[in-house]
Amino acid sequence: MEGPVVIFAETRNGKLRNVSFEVATAGKKIANNLGKELIAIIIENNENTLSHSLGIYGVDKIINARNPLLESYSTDGYAKTLSEIVEKINPSLILMSASAMGRDLAPRLAARLNVELISDCVKLDLNNGNIEVKRPIFAGKAFITIRSNSRIKFITLRPKVFTAEIFDENKKAELEEYNIDFSGYKFKSKVKEILQEKEGKVDLTEADIIVSGGRGMKGPDNYKIIEELADVLNGVVGASRAAVDAGWRPHSDQVGQTGKVVSPTLYIACGISGAIQHLAGMSSSKWIVAINKDPEAPIFKVANYGIVGDLFEVVPALTEELKNIMKD
Amino acid sequence: MKIAVCIKQVPDTETRVQIDSEKNWIKESNVTFVLNPYDEFAVEEALKIKEKNGGEVILVCLGPERSISAIRTGLAMGADRAIHIKENRILNGLSVAKALAEILKGMNCDLILLGKQAVDDDNMQVGPMLAELMNLPSITVVTKLEIADSKVLAEREIEGGLEIVEAELPAVITAQKGLNEPRYPSLRGIMMAKKKPVEEVELQIPDSEIEILNMEYPEPRPEGKIVGEGPDAVKELVRLLKEEAKII
Repeated sequence: MEGPVVIFAETRNGKLRNVSFEVATAGKKIANNLGKELIAIIIENNENTLSHSLGIYGVDKIINARNPLLESYSTDGYAKTLSEIVEKINPSLILMSASAMGRDLAPRLAARLNVELISDCVKLDLNNGNIEVKRPIFAGKAFITIRSNSRIKFITLRPKVFTAEIFDENKKAELEEYNIDFSGYKFKSKVKEILQEKEGKVDLTEADIIVSGGRGMKGPDNYKIIEELADVLNGVVGASRAAVDAGWRPHSDQVGQTGKVVSPTLYIACGISGAIQHLAGMSSSKWIVAINKDPEAPIFKVANYGIVGDLFEVVPALTEELKNIMKD
Repeated sequence: MKIAVCIKQVPDTETRVQIDSEKNWIKESNVTFVLNPYDEFAVEEALKIKEKNGGEVILVCLGPERSISAIRTGLAMGADRAIHIKENRILNGLSVAKALAEILKGMNCDLILLGKQAVDDDNMQVGPMLAELMNLPSITVVTKLEIADSKVLAEREIEGGLEIVEAELPAVITAQKGLNEPRYPSLRGIMMAKKKPVEEVELQIPDSEIEILNMEYPEPRPEGKIVGEGPDAVKELVRLLKEEAKII
């Protein structure tokens, strides 16, 4: 393993996203173990004020790629930028978040570099200097441990699995500006606009607390009680496939094998029986609460705490009780 | 419009996964194989575009012999013909993308559609890799697609929102749930699918540079408990969340 460890630090609206700190922390551990430098590549046109915030997570050097054309995200534009810098640095390892951007960008960059990509890593180990990666397959019904034999190991990390840890409060990363030249290059695709669902809305894959409703909700209007419970807990609303297929919730709310795989600290399943494809999507949650009227429902097998009962009685009671204790 | 849809055959999402004795893949006996659910959205979108603009929908499938059932599903939905790249190994994204690119490079398609991921290896790599190898634009995880004047305008899902992305044709698009409602093959479609041409191709695809070292089941969850019945159990649940789980 020659060469430094490189991370891609993702930004949105001029701010570093939390996943960038997760990736920096994971990268620092490997870099330290191998005695390598940790370099972050960032694409940021504004005055860069981010060197300190990445430095404290252990980044030694930041390479800031600049070009007015990179103001909005372009898959091929970003891939071209990163591959140019990567080929100069010749790193042994590239880490990136398996965020929406990472999942779109990493494969394109991997193909450009002609190296294999390992997606969605949940555990990163060094074994005799070799990087071994554990990742879920079949939405988490099983896990494989794999190793890449490509010249550069390229791995994306599942959000929320690796914790961001401050390495040194006072560390400042060295900053290098890199002006990328796009003359004669035509961008293949370009983001025209970003529509934010709700200001500050947290995505299911990054949520700490999720309250999900399933077939037992009986209709779209009843999700009001789920939303109220989620609000009290500062959580996000999810849904089962049955609820999404019935048109009660948008597909972006779906948790499961054909929806999102989530691992929040707390997952509250209301009126969800626990079909295998749903369980695959949420079984890695730290704590699971199930509320269901059928005591035989498979969801109780994965739940830490279960309440057998009518969710239309239990959920509002739970919301009330939480409101009471939050007041104290 | 000439549209290619890259498809894969995968175990049904209801499958209870059993790891094989070599610990590098699952046991395939007793597994029901289906057309990858995200590929159904891709096939449906291709058919809708063809119905509007005319043209041809060609399926390209890489996989072993048994993949023919997934190919027939796509043909029964309405695709015109298929190319089956015979391959028995489990390959990582880059090798698959290279094989598909080899086939697609000579086809001059206006649009290439794929599912955003296959629900077996969940790699989510092939679409953008294929686009890069073919020097085409890629837009992934698409929930809405508009095509006009050789341009595509797509909505793609990002955390807590949507991105509106523009690209020129030809382009590679990967489909997310919500893009459309895939049709069920009609009886007539199923009958016709049997007669539609499936060209079998063998390619010299190099091994993936990925080694599978181990495969295991998720760690079993700790034994849970039923706290109680009905709203009366709520107080105890909150106490446990506060004192035992320490999350509120």
